Amino acid sequence: MADYVIEMLGISKYFPGIKANDNITLQLKRGEIHALLGENGAGKSTLMSILFGLYQPDEGVIKKDGKVVKINNPNDANDLRIGMVHQHFKLVECYSVLDNIILGVEPNVAGILQKQEARSKIMELSEKYGLQIDPDAIVENITVGMQQRVEILKMLYRDNDVLIFDEPTAVLTPQEITELMSIMKKLATEGKSILFISHKLAEIMTVADRCSVLRKGKYIGTVDIKDTTAEGLSTMMVGRKVNLKLEKKEATPGEVILDVNNLTVASNSSKKDAVKNVSFNVKRGEIVCIAGIEGNGQAELIQAITGLSKQKKGKLTLCDKDISHESIRYRSEHGMSHIPEDRHKHGLVLDYNLAQNIVLQRYREPEFSKFGFIKFDAVKKYAEKLIQKFDVRCGQGAETIVRSMSGGNQQKAIIAREIDKNPELLITVQPTRGLDVGAIEYIHKAILEQRDSGKAILLVSLELDEVMNLSDRILVMYEGELVGEFKSSEVDTETLGLYMTGAKRDNITKEATK
Amino acid sequence: MSAGLLILIKFTLLSGIVLMYVALGGCFSEHSGVINIALEGVMVIGGLFGILTVCCIPKNLPSFLIVTISILVAMISGMIYSSLLAFASINLKADQTIGGTALNILATAIALVVVKHYNSTITTNNAQSPKLNYDNSLFIFNVGPFTLNVFIILGIVLLVLSYFVLYKTRFGLHLRACGEHPQAADSVGINVYKMRWAGVLISGALAGIGGMAYIVPSVQEWNFEVGVGGMGFLALAVMIFGKWNPGYIFLGSLFFAVFKSLANIYDSTFLASFHLTKEIYNMMPFIASLVVLMFTSKNSKAPKAEGIPYDKGMR
Repeated sequence: MADYVIEMLGISKYFPGIKANDNITLQLKRGEIHALLGENGAGKSTLMSILFGLYQPDEGVIKKDGKVVKINNPNDANDLRIGMVHQHFKLVECYSVLDNIILGVEPNVAGILQKQEARSKIMELSEKYGLQIDPDAIVENITVGMQQRVEILKMLYRDNDVLIFDEPTAVLTPQEITELMSIMKKLATEGKSILFISHKLAEIMTVADRCSVLRKGKYIGTVDIKDTTAEGLSTMMVGRKVNLKLEKKEATPGEVILDVNNLTVASNSSKKDAVKNVSFNVKRGEIVCIAGIEGNGQAELIQAITGLSKQKKGKLTLCDKDISHESIRYRSEHGMSHIPEDRHKHGLVLDYNLAQNIVLQRYREPEFSKFGFIKFDAVKKYAEKLIQKFDVRCGQGAETIVRSMSGGNQQKAIIAREIDKNPELLITVQPTRGLDVGAIEYIHKAILEQRDSGKAILLVSLELDEVMNLSDRILVMYEGELVGEFKSSEVDTETLGLYMTGAKRDNITKEATK
Repeated sequence: MSAGLLILIKFTLLSGIVLMYVALGGCFSEHSGVINIALEGVMVIGGLFGILTVCCIPKNLPSFLIVTISILVAMISGMIYSSLLAFASINLKADQTIGGTALNILATAIALVVVKHYNSTITTNNAQSPKLNYDNSLFIFNVGPFTLNVFIILGIVLLVLSYFVLYKTRFGLHLRACGEHPQAADSVGINVYKMRWAGVLISGALAGIGGMAYIVPSVQEWNFEVGVGGMGFLALAVMIFGKWNPGYIFLGSLFFAVFKSLANIYDSTFLASFHLTKEIYNMMPFIASLVVLMFTSKNSKAPKAEGIPYDKGMR
């Protein structure tokens, strides 16, 4: 019999109206990395919340080391040495790294903290597992990667031997992901058992030993990674064959739609300029992608182009009109659509309903208003048309409050709104961030369709797969400058990586302005 | 001039220590995640019951006991009154600002009812007086030219203790975590509701003493119609100015107390040459708080989760 450290047998969990988990079985071997794969809403998080004591299962048992256990709250989980790195880190931002690690299990004499003792144990663990941290740094000042190492150290400090990682790579840069993968492997060789929740197939293929797949709350099966392929996994996850590779025709670029000339933009976070003298253009019928590691000026570049912030200098031309100093509304009404990176902050008013969100930019048009009063019937009808056309799934149709919708459907709603405006230029930033394979496939297809119908598309993405898959032309951004320009058919990810990290650069600013 | 300076120091100490008590109280509550805007009301209640104890306690008890018991009563009544806020905002998840405002309005009303009833029981004339008369001699003593009171000594002790508790103990680490990121605290097994109750109760105790410390040392008669004259709100400004840190709060209280004390020396020192009325000086601390907060609140170090009821279900 195999040596299972955790067994979750026949777990069911009901929420009002839905079966979040339906008779699920999950067996974790000692010292393995076990991936838990499923689309958004497949029940992964619910299952892990049950294991971590945040929910109680309605049916089924959990066994730790072969013995049936009852986990009523995170403290019980901790006593059973089960630890979890949550998708949104649970760190007190104004505390030091050390304080965060010991929080809840502080060494103390009569209530008075004894930090010296903790410090030596933390440094020992940090060295043993190669988790580099600065114990005295304040959490809000350290990188996301280091915050994640702090979360891992929190588990190790508590001597946890079952480690749950809930979508740990969603917030990391490619380099940090590689590092995390090697840390996870190291933890596994040291005897820790790891549950790795993800919907990124490439990562699962790299790091996991076995993979269990959930779909719509049901258990589909468990496979050995060495016996399967990414395609096989995605079929299990979605229930049908998914094209991981987009089929696309060669682009046929037409005239220039967007022209960016010597653009310089101040940084959001520091005193330096985030975008330095950048020039490029986007033509009709092509997808131009700005690739780069997060924080190299992409965000500021897009904010300046869309009008969310003012550039310091430089000229922006949209369809031969100078828009350098025009308002966001002007840009939006003259052919610019924007699918923003942060859909909650810049894309939607979460507490408005779907119909109101869909006419957010167009409510003033005669079609939707008269004498300053909104024609609610027309708005609703239009929203219902888009819901149909773009297959947005929402509980109460046009009346659904957007906050209650899943991330994928929120994104679809934005895409519906922006595409149906029939823009000349579609700007899209990280359009598939945090979405599952099915939704990604849908969105990629939609963007490609727009290209083929003669729109100019500017894509910003941190995911190299997406960059390679979708774009016709790739511009690499590093420290606020464009350091490389490639045709996507003539470059590989390794080369792009070199440019993205600043190891290589070309001088392309002049050429692109032509 | 030096007499004027002496008076300034005296009054600065008197009101500074009051502001410090109450701001420290606010600091505990807010670090746990609850905005205690009811400090003004809690001060009234603490002062009321503290003074009533001084009035009613048998006069033949040792003076040490009288002082201790009345201060304890002030603390406990402050805790009981603020427990209303705790219950509403922690257990019922009510809006903390609205709850606190209600308690402020209620406190003066309670005080008037209690005082008028008390006055009607001890005497038949003047039964409707909102004023309490008491003997404050037990609380005051002289050191050289200075008149000190027990609240100053106790305040310094509590200041040091507050710093120690907040930053050097497990309790403090847990408390502040609940005000910053309650979900994080919960995920490592800290009972957020319990810690928030603790924070509010401590703030009630400190504000209760604060109310008594404001009224007792300076006068022998107090008109409860005026409550505590906005000292509780001023203490909130001190707390914000003091960045929720006991050390800065101490400095902040002295800073605001100087402005407050100007009204006491305006006619006896060089200030007299400006020929301004007393009302102008009475407004000084509030104008100062307006100006100071305008410039400092932008970089405020407020606990991130303060004011947001904690709900276990929301993640």
